[in-house]
Amino acid sequence: MSILINKDTRVVTQGITGKTGMFHTSKCREYANGGNCFVAGVNPKKAGESFEGIPIFASVKEAKHRTGVNASVIYVPPPGAAAAIWEAVEADLDLVICITEGIPVRDMIEVRDRMRRQNKRTVLVGPNCPGVITPDEIKIGIMPGHIHMKGRIGVVSRSGTLTYEAVGQLTEIGLGQSSAVGIGGDPVNGLKHKEVLELFMNDPDTDAVIMIGEIGGSDEEAAAYWYANECRNKKPVVGFIAGVTAPAGKRMGHAGAIISGGKGTAQEKLAVMEECGIKTTRNPAEMGKLLKSIL
Amino acid sequence: MKIHEYQAKEILRRFGVTTPRGVACFTVDEAVAAANQLGGKLWVVKAQIHAGGRGKGGGVKLAKSADEVRQLAGQILGMQLKTHQTGPEGQKVRRLLVEEGADIRKELYVGMVVDRVTQRVCLMASSEGGMDIEEVAAKTPEKIHKVFVDPAAGLKDAEADDVARKIGVPEASVPQARAVLQGLYQAFWETDASLAEINPLILTGDGRVVALDAKMNFDSNALYRHEDIVAMRDLDEEDPDEIEASKFDLSYISLDGNIGCLVNGAGLAMATMDTIKLFGAEPANFLDVGGGATTEKVTEAFKIMLHNPNVKGILVNIFGGIMRCDTIATGIVAAAKETHLNVPLVVRMKGTNEDLGKQILADSGLPIIAANDMADAAQKIVASVAGK
Repeated sequence: MSILINKDTRVVTQGITGKTGMFHTSKCREYANGGNCFVAGVNPKKAGESFEGIPIFASVKEAKHRTGVNASVIYVPPPGAAAAIWEAVEADLDLVICITEGIPVRDMIEVRDRMRRQNKRTVLVGPNCPGVITPDEIKIGIMPGHIHMKGRIGVVSRSGTLTYEAVGQLTEIGLGQSSAVGIGGDPVNGLKHKEVLELFMNDPDTDAVIMIGEIGGSDEEAAAYWYANECRNKKPVVGFIAGVTAPAGKRMGHAGAIISGGKGTAQEKLAVMEECGIKTTRNPAEMGKLLKSIL
Repeated sequence: MKIHEYQAKEILRRFGVTTPRGVACFTVDEAVAAANQLGGKLWVVKAQIHAGGRGKGGGVKLAKSADEVRQLAGQILGMQLKTHQTGPEGQKVRRLLVEEGADIRKELYVGMVVDRVTQRVCLMASSEGGMDIEEVAAKTPEKIHKVFVDPAAGLKDAEADDVARKIGVPEASVPQARAVLQGLYQAFWETDASLAEINPLILTGDGRVVALDAKMNFDSNALYRHEDIVAMRDLDEEDPDEIEASKFDLSYISLDGNIGCLVNGAGLAMATMDTIKLFGAEPANFLDVGGGATTEKVTEAFKIMLHNPNVKGILVNIFGGIMRCDTIATGIVAAAKETHLNVPLVVRMKGTNEDLGKQILADSGLPIIAANDMADAAQKIVASVAGK
């Protein structure tokens, strides 16, 4: 088991004909069962063509109808990315992973509102995220596959390279991962820490979780409070928050990584996590060791 | 992206928000001419810088004659205005806003931001205008009223009226307050703002509802569809190194410490800064080279970091994923040579083509200090800078 994706997931790539889409679809197909998982692409102007043997369709709906895909990954450039998310939601896929960075916040507010209003069941991961991987089965996204190892630790993070850092540390000390999920660095997104944590808590093949956060918003706090109330004794969770040294009012790369109105500081998040029974470290080089110490 | 008060007021007026009449000025003569053109007996001379707290810093003054306008404009233009948001060196005032004076009966607060939890625009309003709203939120949170606006419907009449009454707008002025609140929301939504604030929003003696101040920030991801707002950008208000970095698609922010850091990924960049602090020093900058770094980009990144005279050492932390360590290593070697690097350089590299990257650094003949992990790297650069 794993969360969100496994070797049986069938994926359509939206934006498959762009440089990024081509490069990463190719890499994903090389990883584990990827060759069988990535079965369709979408580009309305190039329907009927193919990429590395994968057929390209005019719409997600058609791709689903013809190939039975249940998930999508999006590399569409920012101006059309929110519409691409909506297209996948309307096609009633189980999962949409949006890699695209730089989508206007207003576009995300609109698409998220429409998803709620119409009670859509599709799960959104991202945007502005590295994607999701279940080691040795499937990777959907831009993470380097080779640093991962199959195992029983869940990883959830807003940041791409910091996820790789945690995964790399785990693999180095012999702890494999059940799944690693990058939820993305934007202020308005799909799955949040709390929801991913819940999936890991309910996954029989995950024993413990590393939750990595950063300054801005209150997602990490919400996840920590939920954990404290619902499953403090179920599975151990350790955490790290990036941005102790970040100044207020400055956007630290990610659109969502900003301390505003005195809210969303790293100190505040770390304090809440500790209070909720999540062990934290101030040293990001020791995330893996910290996790090992509590197993 | 930030803009000036007078520019924010221009935008708000387009959406039906009442503001005092005013003129933006770049010289003392223009300020006097503006006062004459506006007429009346009372003017406000306001420094236009992007930072808040201008009044307390001496950047906002009342004038009762044209002579006084001249005198105050002369004082304020060119001054280094220090506020709690500018840092100790202050910000040079290059523009003024000269406005007609207002008859203030009551000061209110209204603001808008995107709320991440509800994923809607949140209208915040308070009867405590003119004050630092963060202080109001901390001390008397019950005095802040919030509406999470339905994006499909916009701010409804009933919602606007309700908020107006809650913050003490008298019944006769409620329709005007509604126009202001709905105009503010419309402006926020249509311009892709990330923050809009009117503090204070005033009630005048004759019952009018007027935006006495205005502040707007914009979502940089959406600027591609707002040429008019991009045209309002004032580069004098931004850090020159940050502007230079953005030309090369580098995300750079200068900080107060003395250890420069170059990292791929925003989260890892923050974590690297934190690790430097953990081992007793302070980072000189945040710098994310992003996923597609080239030799040219790395060289530019080095130049920008070294432009800061406080930098006494550099830490490079790369987790090669899609980006290969050998590409970065080649870039580092080229950059170190081109910039005649004369401060200690510690490099930590992990991931794709790690060994190849390390070999390139070792073969370069440059005194590059290799590190195994982030903590090791931070300890080494902190020690080198301390001369140990």
